Amino acid sequence: MNSPETPRLTRDDVAHVANLARLTLTDDELDAFTGQLADVLDHAADLEALDLDGVAPMANPFPLVNVLRTDTPVDHDVRDEVLAAAPSIEDEQFRVPPVLGEAP
Amino acid sequence: MSDGMGERVSDAIVPGWEVVIGLEVHAELATATKLFSTARNEFGGDPNTNVDPVSLGLPGSLPVLNEKAVELAIRVGLALDCEIGRSVFARKNYFYPDMPKDFQISQYELPINGRGHLELPDGRTVGIERAHLEEDTGKSTHVGGGGRIHEAGHSLVDYNRAGVPLIEIVGAPDLRGPEDARAYVAELRAILVAIGASDGKMEEGSMRVDCNVSVRREGAAEFGTRCEIKNINSLRSLGRAIEYEARRQVDLIEAGEAVQQQTRHWNEDEGRTHTLRSKEEAYDYRYFPEPDLVPVDPSDEWIDEIRATLPALPRERRHRLAEAAGVDTAAAALTVERGMDDLAVDAIAAGADAARVLVHVDNNLADGAGRLTADAFAALVAMEVGGDLTATQAKTVLADLVASGGDPAAHAATHGFEAMDTGELESLVDRLIADHPDDWAGFVGGDDKERKKKSGFFVGQVMKATQGQADGRIVNELLERRAAGG
Amino acid sequence: MSASAAAIAADVRAGTRTARAVVEEHLAAIDAREDEIHAFNLVTADAALARADDLDRRIAAGEDPGPLAGVPVALKDNICTRGVPTTCSSRILDAWRPPYDATVVERLGAAGAVAIGKTNCDEFAMGSSTENSAFGPTRNPLDTSRVPGGSSGGSAAAVAAGFAPLALGSDTGGSIRQPAALCGTVGVKPTYGRVSRYGLVAFGSSLDQIGPLAASVTDAALVLEAIGGHDPRDSTSIPEPSPDLTGVLGGGVDGLRIGIIDELMGEGVEGIAADVKARVEEAAAALSAAGAAVEHVSVPSTVYGLSAYYLVAPAEASSNLARFDGVRFGLRVDADTAAAMNTATRTAGFGDEVKRRIMLGTYALSAGYYDAYYGKSQKVRTLIQEDFGRAYETYDLLLSPTAPTTAFPLGDKTGDPMLMYLNDVCTIPSNLAGHPSMSVPFGTGDDGLPIGVQVLAPALDEATMFRAAAVLEEAAP
Repeated sequence: MNSPETPRLTRDDVAHVANLARLTLTDDELDAFTGQLADVLDHAADLEALDLDGVAPMANPFPLVNVLRTDTPVDHDVRDEVLAAAPSIEDEQFRVPPVLGEAP
Repeated sequence: MSDGMGERVSDAIVPGWEVVIGLEVHAELATATKLFSTARNEFGGDPNTNVDPVSLGLPGSLPVLNEKAVELAIRVGLALDCEIGRSVFARKNYFYPDMPKDFQISQYELPINGRGHLELPDGRTVGIERAHLEEDTGKSTHVGGGGRIHEAGHSLVDYNRAGVPLIEIVGAPDLRGPEDARAYVAELRAILVAIGASDGKMEEGSMRVDCNVSVRREGAAEFGTRCEIKNINSLRSLGRAIEYEARRQVDLIEAGEAVQQQTRHWNEDEGRTHTLRSKEEAYDYRYFPEPDLVPVDPSDEWIDEIRATLPALPRERRHRLAEAAGVDTAAAALTVERGMDDLAVDAIAAGADAARVLVHVDNNLADGAGRLTADAFAALVAMEVGGDLTATQAKTVLADLVASGGDPAAHAATHGFEAMDTGELESLVDRLIADHPDDWAGFVGGDDKERKKKSGFFVGQVMKATQGQADGRIVNELLERRAAGG
Repeated sequence: MSASAAAIAADVRAGTRTARAVVEEHLAAIDAREDEIHAFNLVTADAALARADDLDRRIAAGEDPGPLAGVPVALKDNICTRGVPTTCSSRILDAWRPPYDATVVERLGAAGAVAIGKTNCDEFAMGSSTENSAFGPTRNPLDTSRVPGGSSGGSAAAVAAGFAPLALGSDTGGSIRQPAALCGTVGVKPTYGRVSRYGLVAFGSSLDQIGPLAASVTDAALVLEAIGGHDPRDSTSIPEPSPDLTGVLGGGVDGLRIGIIDELMGEGVEGIAADVKARVEEAAAALSAAGAAVEHVSVPSTVYGLSAYYLVAPAEASSNLARFDGVRFGLRVDADTAAAMNTATRTAGFGDEVKRRIMLGTYALSAGYYDAYYGKSQKVRTLIQEDFGRAYETYDLLLSPTAPTTAFPLGDKTGDPMLMYLNDVCTIPSNLAGHPSMSVPFGTGDDGLPIGVQVLAPALDEATMFRAAAVLEEAAP
């Protein structure tokens, strides 16, 4: 493919998305994944032949709208079960290593 | 952008510079349950009690939209004259421990409420760009390591707030100073409370403000580069943060440097903002339509039904009172803010003097109207204006009416308030002038300040002699007449 | 080997056989061959026996537990079961016990079924061979040197090996139908929204559907009737009652118009084996003999399905799998900061295929590439749905191979992800369009292994699809 809008995936691209996805890759993995992902994207280049002007993107295969529920509370009582399954807890809260900085 | 503001150069922080402000306000909606699950929406409570698989983002859980949250969002849209239409939820992807799914369900390309506007008490309007629905995050608390986030220790996460419905109201960059910004937030808060959408409590975090600030030289057509300020927790911080940030930006430009587009953090203790991240570091949120939810497309019938249940909004009430009282909307603002405008309008309609009504409502009914009726109020004001009661007596009778209702004339009679004979008052004034020649000379010959001081002295003496039954206004008239030789 | 689900339920309801005997028989079958097959991540023998005893007591007391009374069912291990480990065959969820049951689990319970265990699958349902399981591959019971297909390979193998008459799988791009084809069982992907996804650990949310794997068309129908129908806990659930399928199974295909999709017979997509094509033509002939008018038809955009799918599904997965961050459940690998802990946990907890898809999906959604990849792929879905719509103006059903080949040897395709992905080329279009389709065994290939024929139907028309499936089952060599 390698059309102007979709240049071939690079090692740097893969390193960038791994970082966004909170994954660490070894150099070997980076090489292997770069090739494999680029193959998939190359295959996807066949989509560029399609005329998609005026075609609406599909979000849900079955077009429902206004699926709403009433504002009635339910007592779920799952706290103990959930906390028991947590990796680390303290004072009925989920304990994690220090959170640096604010949410982006 | 704006529908009317912009010409006004108000409270310039740095002379020659104009500060341009746009606010993003997040308000928690007053629902019983969360936006996408049936866990309770309640402030406080033991950690992780108001949770369920959905609000904890457990694998396999799915969101289902709360009808009430949609209704409240539509109420906000109607109150802000927004275009209300088909909306689509989207996922905003980022990792953060207080975000259970590591994405936030928000609205991106298609918000439920599009463009609208808000009218400030002084009648100016501020553009609203959108007001969309999204879910709140949980809360993480840092523990140990001295409590500072960059030191060691650990964090604890409570998801009680996760999934609470928020409306994010994005204002246009139509505000021009800290006062504007505060007025905007106060008005928005009043609207949200009036329509029952939110409790608007900034101190509990149920209303939060992010502030976009830029500066430009007065008269410049282009906006400057803006910075977004986060962590503003009160109206006071809002004003301080804007002033600090505007000065910082002007200083940069005057030093020949450029303002960088950044997100900045307001530190209340230090009274300054500092960089969180630059535009280059802007996070790639990878928004895409939330596949677990379907579009919301409220029918005209539903919107009309909701519209029919809206109370009179602050701006309508200000206009109504302003018209009734013959004042401008800014003068009517306090009365409306205090919720006393119905009483005032009704009293005026019953024939009361509008100016006296507003004075009493704004100054003498601090604890509300109690059992005071509009008719009794009107009758009281009529007695006062007609000279049957002095201002002081009227205040006393007003307090009685608030406490126990009834008829002002009866209360006045109980206190023995009777209109003082002008003749008696004249001889009393003459006697006091004779007894205090130096003070009288000060009144007659002094400058404005001295004259005012002496007038206060004579009125005080009269009140003392009459046990407060004299009308201060009439005493002043007498003093003026004597001084003029009458 | 053992009796059909329908026969078991009839016996148990009639009191001529106990649920305990049924469960014991299947546990014995598992004991005999599970070491060799590895269909299960967990066999819940004690719970199944306790449940069987409870059903037997209720039957003795005159109650009717329902249409699946006493029937053992194997659940794919990405379907949440309260208090019972649900791992998605991933280290990151090792030993995680959900605090709730999936809707389908509740509904099977309400129909009288007995959950017998959690089946192995490709990690987070990503794969076509069940080799991407963190707990080792499942082997095809018909030839243990071969894969069972995937990702619901454990469910297909469990049915094929007689471990359970019924199983549930999930199908995002063919993960029920392809292993059903490779193991010689029936596998159904219902209309998107027909079966609640509540409690299914999400892979590609706009594509995922839970469906049955069974030894017969009738058994598959019984399961779909039990699990289908509106669920208010899934916003994409279609507000329709579960379809009547068992009542229409004998309806035949006389008068139906059925189209064989040219593109999926090799005139568009590559790699469809000659023996597979031959069986599809024979199946078409059988339908024709039963009174259907069968023709070849072009559904041109189906050839773009694979490309669109491998952008849409990873994109959704990259977001769905973000929550596996070590904070609230599952694996945690500790580190100095929360962010480093997230990264260490995910790096250690996910296998390569999951990482590949997360990165591919992250890329497809990232700034600057969204329109070229994710946005474009969602438009292609619209094209495919419209193309199918046009075909269904003329035809009641469509026909194609389920998988390009019979079961392939373990390790054959693990080195080349793209080669593995090509397995899904015939099954993906139904997921993209949201339409139902099912795989029915129809003869064997040159290697003697089963071949599945795929019957495709328009949205919500599972009934007609099942009628044709029943005819094919009857006519199968």
